[in-house]
Amino acid sequence: MSALLTLDTVAREYVTRKGLLGHRRVVRAVDGVSLQVMPGETLGIVGESGSGKSTMGRMALGLERPDEGSVSFDGAPMPLLGSAAWRGLRKRMQMVFQDPLAALDRRWTVLDQIIEPLTIHGIPGDARAAGLEALAAVGLSRDHGARYPHELSGGQRQRVIIARALITNPDLLVCDEPVSALDVSIQAQVVNLLIDLQKTRGLAMMFISHDLRVVRQISSRVAVMYLGRIVEEGPAAQVFHDPQHPYSRALVSAAPTPGPRRIEQVILTGEPPNPAARPSGCAFHPRCPVATARCRTEVPALVPAGPGRRAACHLIEPAAKVAA
Amino acid sequence: MTDIYPTAAAPAPARKRLLPQMPWYVALGMGWIGTMILVALLSELITPFSFTAMDLKYRLVGPFQTLTHPLGTDELGRDVLSRLIVSIRVSLLIAFGATIISAVLGTTLGFLAAHFRGLVEQAVLMLADFQAALPFLILALSVLAFFGNSLPLLIGLMGLYGWERYARIARGLAISASAQGYATAITQLGAQPTRVYLRHILPNIASTLIVSMTLVFPEVILLESGLSFLGLGVQPPMTSLGNMVGYGREYITRAAWIMLAPSTVIVLTTLAVSLVGDWLRDKLDPTLG
Repeated sequence: MSALLTLDTVAREYVTRKGLLGHRRVVRAVDGVSLQVMPGETLGIVGESGSGKSTMGRMALGLERPDEGSVSFDGAPMPLLGSAAWRGLRKRMQMVFQDPLAALDRRWTVLDQIIEPLTIHGIPGDARAAGLEALAAVGLSRDHGARYPHELSGGQRQRVIIARALITNPDLLVCDEPVSALDVSIQAQVVNLLIDLQKTRGLAMMFISHDLRVVRQISSRVAVMYLGRIVEEGPAAQVFHDPQHPYSRALVSAAPTPGPRRIEQVILTGEPPNPAARPSGCAFHPRCPVATARCRTEVPALVPAGPGRRAACHLIEPAAKVAA
Repeated sequence: MTDIYPTAAAPAPARKRLLPQMPWYVALGMGWIGTMILVALLSELITPFSFTAMDLKYRLVGPFQTLTHPLGTDELGRDVLSRLIVSIRVSLLIAFGATIISAVLGTTLGFLAAHFRGLVEQAVLMLADFQAALPFLILALSVLAFFGNSLPLLIGLMGLYGWERYARIARGLAISASAQGYATAITQLGAQPTRVYLRHILPNIASTLIVSMTLVFPEVILLESGLSFLGLGVQPPMTSLGNMVGYGREYITRAAWIMLAPSTVIVLTTLAVSLVGDWLRDKLDPTLG
């Protein structure tokens, strides 16, 4: 099966300038990431703030152009942002935003906003009926459709965003922290809704979040990012059960789980990563509990580490070679 | 999982967008503006005399003294009421025309700046700074001095007044709207930039622009009055509110009514527009009240 979305060693740099005459600083938000999303699968992306996960999501949608590498969707390279081809592709790839209120126009009723993609792409048929159907699919009533965004709760707004994203029957849905702005009790509902919709429609999803519980629940595969690089990737169950990279180990151990702890808790020391001052060698080495001299100088490559898994750590390379 | 939401939710509150209760001063203001527009539209029907007709036997008759000239006559025996009605028409035409021209021009330039950024933005901002730094009266004087005087030219010239405010407001708000998310979200849905700007950003920032229009409108009336007062606006025999004030000043001690009538109309109209505009801003926002 060929991949729906392929990111081939993409990198994205931002230039910042401190003060009026400050010197240019290049921040590599995403640094040579290769990923594939298969049709119908959910790829979870986890990482802390500044790890480049949102930037990657934006590049996956063609909202940002990678400085290096390439993005291709369904075998064809991503067209230029704003071009007619890019706009046409929008009906096949959609996005769910972190802040649903900001992503909705407060002067339009919810139903009008849900059916707007149909108007934009000139899709024929009864838009109103399609909109009501979409409302029902996300568990909202007709009445909700006549309201304005500020008259809905956060969870309902996110459902509206999801309904709008799905009305053109896209193949790929990029969810950028879709539940982090929501109440915990509402989070589960929205996540379950996404899981249901994904199953019934067979759409591929890229689910970006810093919340491990949510990612574990929804993803079939996960990629753990640290400072713009993928440090570990593999099937969700395995990565969460037996993380190999020291960073994923620390992440997984930090997430609360019911019952007795399966993994010894790793508490990271040192400062949270700053993309503007990337450490030499393995970016994680200043905080890594098991770092060696080699980690300070040499960047570990993302190599196979078990069936369907990849990890970027010098210390697990021998094991990987045995497994391979 | 969806049954957590009561589906029999309360019906959406009835939207009271139009004809809501309005404070009495807004109602008065609306009434006044409506009357003025009506007067302007019907001016040819309701003027008792031709505004240029002279009646030399009745010169400088005070108001409320004869039924034929209820607002009195001026130094040439012309009926003040008739002149006032025609002046309202001319002044409103100039003020509305100029306000609309400057709003459209400024908003368009502001959106262009926000959309293209870079050089376009710099150029628009530089023009706006230039416009703001140059006293408009001087610009108007020089244009009128070189190109003569005609009503279309005057309206066009007034249309240049205040555009830089719309441009700055539109640019700033459009940039912040793009950063806010809904504009990005609509773009990401595949919409053309024109759709994003006209269907989404413009309605969202319209309230601010409308307030700004209601601020510019009185200023245009006053500017027109000022220019006419200086003899560079509407030329006799044509008349306008400012023109009437300007020519009436010579008789201010002997026949104050010649200039008091148009002055009162100027004050009341500008006040009414400001009151209504301020009230409209709140009413146009669905998130308020």
